[in-house]
Amino acid sequence: MSTILIIFCVLAAITLSTAFLTIFSRNPIHSALYLVICFFSIAGHYLLLNSQFLAIMHLIVYSGAIMILFLFTIMLMNLNKENEVHKPRITRLGAIVSFCLICIVLILVFINSKPIIGEYVHTGEDYQSIKVLGHVLLNEYMVPFEFASILLLVAMIGAVLLSKKEKTGK
Amino acid sequence: MDSTIIIEKSIIILVVFAITMLMAMYSTLAERKVAAWLQDRIGPNRAGKGGILQPLADGLKLFSKEEFEPNTPNRFLFFVGPAIAMSTALMTSAVIPWGDKFHLFGRDIILQATDIDIALLYIIGILSIGVYGIMIGGWASNNKFSLMGAVRAASQMISYEVAMGLSLIALLMMTGTLSLREISLQQSEMNWNVFYQPLSFLIFLICAFAETNRTPFDLAECETELIGGYHTEYSSMKMGFYLFAEYANMFISSAILAVLFFGGYNYPGMSWAVENWGVNIANIIGIAVLFAKICGFIFFYMWVRWTIPRFRYDQLMHLGWRILIPLSIINIVITGIVILRAEIASYLGF
Repeated sequence: MSTILIIFCVLAAITLSTAFLTIFSRNPIHSALYLVICFFSIAGHYLLLNSQFLAIMHLIVYSGAIMILFLFTIMLMNLNKENEVHKPRITRLGAIVSFCLICIVLILVFINSKPIIGEYVHTGEDYQSIKVLGHVLLNEYMVPFEFASILLLVAMIGAVLLSKKEKTGK
Repeated sequence: MDSTIIIEKSIIILVVFAITMLMAMYSTLAERKVAAWLQDRIGPNRAGKGGILQPLADGLKLFSKEEFEPNTPNRFLFFVGPAIAMSTALMTSAVIPWGDKFHLFGRDIILQATDIDIALLYIIGILSIGVYGIMIGGWASNNKFSLMGAVRAASQMISYEVAMGLSLIALLMMTGTLSLREISLQQSEMNWNVFYQPLSFLIFLICAFAETNRTPFDLAECETELIGGYHTEYSSMKMGFYLFAEYANMFISSAILAVLFFGGYNYPGMSWAVENWGVNIANIIGIAVLFAKICGFIFFYMWVRWTIPRFRYDQLMHLGWRILIPLSIINIVITGIVILRAEIASYLGF
């Protein structure tokens, strides 16, 4: 087995196990921290695929910003076992059934889909370099890039508006 | 990959680690000496000559103290907190260029653990991860004061990260690269970035103070309101790790300031020294110059600490969000206009 394969297996094991622990752990802070570890291992996958920029951006945005805000809110809310919501049995049953249905659909999709690995062509360009990435992003994919930034701006303004509304409502 | 590179890099990493530790250790002594000097006292002078062994004595004291543990359900996280704080403080040093090329044994040796393309982003990423050490430690202490201190420190660090990133964008527009090695190569002789980007330097400096939780931004450990902040419940060497991480952070951020804005290892007359004295001697002087710059910044940190009183919390947030962020955006716009003007001028042939 090559080194990269071993690293991939270890990373994949960490990713999957922490993702499951995120759902299974009772303590909300623990599950948030498991999610952070999960994000770290996903950044490791990006590094294995030779994309430094994506890996570090993933770390900055998800682990460095979003998850810290998550932790913040959870810590300040001080969730205990007492105020855990108890769902009625019929809801749980419905959740299990719908999960199984989605699983069947997903498995069928994976069986019927044709893998296209091996069709990638090596163009010789160094996509690790952010210079190449910037050129591609701002020339070929200029319009989607600008649309994404407008979308983010709108979301930001929306978030500010929502928080303002609450204040004046009181 | 040939094994000599691995050996070479491991030696560099080990040396950088040792130097960071040494500098952090002696920063604690320097802090007390500077404080004493500014307050017209003598300072620690019992251990060794002029107090030179004081950091060792302090370390020994911290190691031999009783390890107290609060009644917390999260013992593991209580241990992990200081570990994260320490390791993130040390990880940043990997991308800092400590010197130019050495020519030894017929091969070029670059004094840098790794020269990655995204070094600046890496630094920002590690900084944002450093918040976890404080938050986890403060929360796992199972103490309201610790939690409030941790939340304060974390919100302060997140707020100032924004202004820090924006101030770096103006610098990046000018340098056109994220690699710290290339940035320091561009600043040869006296072409230091601080002369071209003074506003960016000022914002970065203020944010560096806030990121390292130093006075006047040390609201996290505001004794009058919060006892000891996020490390109230910590004792023995775990407490020592938090304090040590602060000094390691101070050293690393001084190094980043020196490399980004004050020319790194460059000094006026370096090319003359290369011609007349050879690469290696010129380089050794360069390393000494870099360390002199770093020590200057560390002294500046201490000078400010014993000069300016601590901000109030709303003043801190006001400064971060309403003054520094707009200022850095204005700086980006001005830099853009200047670059565009220069490009148009060269295009039209002026």
